[in-house]
Amino acid sequence: MSSTDIAIHQTDMHHGHDEHEHHHEQNFIEKYIFSQDHKVIAKQYLFAGIIWAFIGGFLSILFRLQLGWPEATFTFLEPILGKWVLNGKLDPEFYLALVTMHGTIMVFFVLTAGLSGTFSNFLIPLQIGARDMASGFMNMLSFWIFFIASVLMFISLFIETGPAAGGWTVYPPLSALPQAIQGSAAGMTLWLISMALFIVSQLLGGVNYITTVINLRTRGMSMTKLPLTIWSFTLTAVLGLLAFPVLLSAALLLIFDRSFGTSFFLSDIYIAGEALSNTGGSAILFQHLFWFLGHPEVYIVILPAFGLVSEVIATNARKPIFGYRAMIGSMLGIAVLSFVVWAHHMFVTGMNPFLGSVFMFLTLIIAVPSAVKVFNWIATLWRGNIRFTVAMLFAIGFVSLFISGGLTGIILGNSALDIQLHDTYFVVAHFHLVMGAAAFFGMFCGVYHWFPKMFGRMMDEKLGFVHFWLTFIAVYLVFMPMHYVGIAGFPRRYYNWTGFEAFNIFTDLNTFISIAAILGFLAQFIFLFNFIYSIFKGRRATENPWHSNTLEWTTPINPGHGNWPGEIPAVYRWPYDYSKPGAEEDFIPQHIPFSQTQSSNLPQERVLE
Amino acid sequence: MITIAIGISILLLLVVLFQLFRIGTLASIFRGSSQKAVGTTKTSNKVNSTLLLLFLLIGGAAFAWSFVSAWDDMNQPLASVHGEWTDDLFWTTMIVIGIVFVITQILLFWYSYKYQHEDNKRAYYYPHNNKLEIVWTMIPAVVMALLVFAGWQTWTKITSAAPADAVVVEVMGKQFNWMVRYPGPDGKLGVTKTSLIDATNEFGIDFSDPNSHDDIVNPLEIHVPKGRPVLFKIRSRDVIHSVFLPHFRQKMDAVPGMPTKFWFVPTKTTYEMQSETGNPEFKYELACTEICGRGHFAMRYVVVVDEPEDYEAWLEKQQAFATQNPDYVAKFQAAAQQPVTENAAVAAE
Repeated sequence: MSSTDIAIHQTDMHHGHDEHEHHHEQNFIEKYIFSQDHKVIAKQYLFAGIIWAFIGGFLSILFRLQLGWPEATFTFLEPILGKWVLNGKLDPEFYLALVTMHGTIMVFFVLTAGLSGTFSNFLIPLQIGARDMASGFMNMLSFWIFFIASVLMFISLFIETGPAAGGWTVYPPLSALPQAIQGSAAGMTLWLISMALFIVSQLLGGVNYITTVINLRTRGMSMTKLPLTIWSFTLTAVLGLLAFPVLLSAALLLIFDRSFGTSFFLSDIYIAGEALSNTGGSAILFQHLFWFLGHPEVYIVILPAFGLVSEVIATNARKPIFGYRAMIGSMLGIAVLSFVVWAHHMFVTGMNPFLGSVFMFLTLIIAVPSAVKVFNWIATLWRGNIRFTVAMLFAIGFVSLFISGGLTGIILGNSALDIQLHDTYFVVAHFHLVMGAAAFFGMFCGVYHWFPKMFGRMMDEKLGFVHFWLTFIAVYLVFMPMHYVGIAGFPRRYYNWTGFEAFNIFTDLNTFISIAAILGFLAQFIFLFNFIYSIFKGRRATENPWHSNTLEWTTPINPGHGNWPGEIPAVYRWPYDYSKPGAEEDFIPQHIPFSQTQSSNLPQERVLE
Repeated sequence: MITIAIGISILLLLVVLFQLFRIGTLASIFRGSSQKAVGTTKTSNKVNSTLLLLFLLIGGAAFAWSFVSAWDDMNQPLASVHGEWTDDLFWTTMIVIGIVFVITQILLFWYSYKYQHEDNKRAYYYPHNNKLEIVWTMIPAVVMALLVFAGWQTWTKITSAAPADAVVVEVMGKQFNWMVRYPGPDGKLGVTKTSLIDATNEFGIDFSDPNSHDDIVNPLEIHVPKGRPVLFKIRSRDVIHSVFLPHFRQKMDAVPGMPTKFWFVPTKTTYEMQSETGNPEFKYELACTEICGRGHFAMRYVVVVDEPEDYEAWLEKQQAFATQNPDYVAKFQAAAQQPVTENAAVAAE
């Protein structure tokens, strides 16, 4: 039992240093714009993430129109897209720019910044019992550097040569040579600068998260009493801290190749009627550097969702999360393994086949901790007393999507099978389910669950249910059929497939996928309405609306700067004492000492009374 | 006018929806359901848990139906020896993950339905069970070990060195088409240099290398013989491309500055495949699968598998580049008279 391993002081001691509720009056700018309050910064990340998600989603609708109706003319898009639509036809390079920016925006700006940025910032101090982050100033810098990165990326959408268009993985030489594709001109420069700033912002945030969790836990909050959310955010931050600098180095080398005539990634190139002088570089080197970040990145996206979902499932199943330690262990395992599997993205690059076998072996090991997590979630539901809040529905949806998308990873991680499936729609379906849609579900789950703590009001449940069901159905309708298209070998990033007899099938299916995608996108406006409306007009929240155990629900409904008006509560037990036999209520919050719960204490907890 | 009408009706629709939403909210306050702890109202729990169960049943059935009806389309005709191994391994793995998929999804949705909230019920306090956890860690570990082993064996066989008697075809990617070169009767490809590329000599073949004189460049289609190993030597001269032969289950990136290769044994001629699929137009195709720019989606080349004797006959008919462009090659030989040592060094590479 995790709640027995440290000595608990029985008397309430006073913290010496936490009596600083006295704050000077903050003006509007200090309070809402250049705020150092972690809760405000979290909301800033959330708003930015939501805006980016709608932009990213809209881009995907544009290219789904092209894929669903390859023969159609899109003159009605001319008012928005201008010269990118010529005689009703989408420009093929613009199509590539769309998929590139969709990927970049979703992976980095929504599911990294929007997810970690929001929930790590919001929940770490609140759940570990701290007044704020270790460095509020760095935290503020982190957001505003992210903001500048966002502005640059946004500007790149509107420049004449278009945004980066070489795929979100920006492999050189395509991304290095403006002769090869227009998007590699100014668009790519902006992309690289924006990403460099983005990385700086992530590092500032990550250092802060880790420091805060290690140093600022309240009295009694040992590492084995942390909610799984905090474990997941911490591991996410560690991954980011180790992986993002490698991407920065790759980006810098690419900047050198593009602008200063070096040949890190370029060699033996003849393009646009001339032979380039670059020699000796390796295009594959970039892929190694990129995926050394790129693979941990997918876990940076999914780990916070693991944490949020675990917390929501335990709370709403009214049961302790099954196998708390196994959950931590599996996250640790996944985090470590995520650094040694990157080359499974490169099985067919001409890499030494022996390396391929090593990476196949390491990749398939990840299935084990992932499976443990799924089993534990399902075991948590077993014999629960499940409350179907909207957050809970999204959590269940998350597990379902994670299973569906995760299992095909076993196929793609197998180098022999990857030969046929690499860069086909099978891959697209796989990662959209397992890290795209699933991470979005984790994010929705978090927003619906912690909305009352963020804004002091509840989101409307019925609208939430409608949003969930439309989204859940749309996600499956979009991505399940994509597997068929992928098994048939349809390559991704194709403007259309009609030039090939082998791929000139499944036209109806692609139209079907596009319709489902459009409906799924429209359903998100229900969320947007609910979100904005509820901030101002939602039903007022109670202090602990979900009857949850974690510390954030002991703060006032609208916590001020410093979170707790009085002293920070001490922690006595793990966060998962739900439905404990003998207890009066079906939950015992973490700050309730064992002396007050004698009727429900387990034999080994008697000594702590 | 019509646009305005559409705009107004959409606006009205939104207003109606908003009013419905308000009515719903007010009604729930009158019913008193907003007084209960969140997530414990009977109707919404009943509705959502039932919907979850229905989703499992209807969704599962729809998935099974669509899978079966897409079956013929998703299985591209197969025409290589190793393709049978990978197809077998693929469907075996699909069955394994399919079983896990079905079991876990059923449990997930069934438990969600079965253990929905009831007012006078308590959940079962069950924080962990080490034995159970060890068991369900070991099972996937063992299954993974078996899959890794099977994958590793297949992968090693596929990526092993090509037999010495393999038919060699060089495939070079460029924006936005493929260039193909056969080594000719001597079986050796001539040396190439990026700096020698021009509009005529798109490979940059160095014709001072005698091996290049019988090289056949850019035939209309790639011809390969049935039943013999075929080695593709792959490279690119600008950005990364990827050679993908869907019917032969073969793929390899074409990387500038780093030649790559794969080999395979075709098992069915184009003609045989045409009668087998009942499609007299059937053609083996080569596609690009690494994003390479504007024309990425249109890099197509046709591959023809012949009976070995037909292949030899076809090869006989092909003219070497040097034969077709004697003037161009002559320039080289004139220039090559002087710097002999340099060229020898390159050829030795």
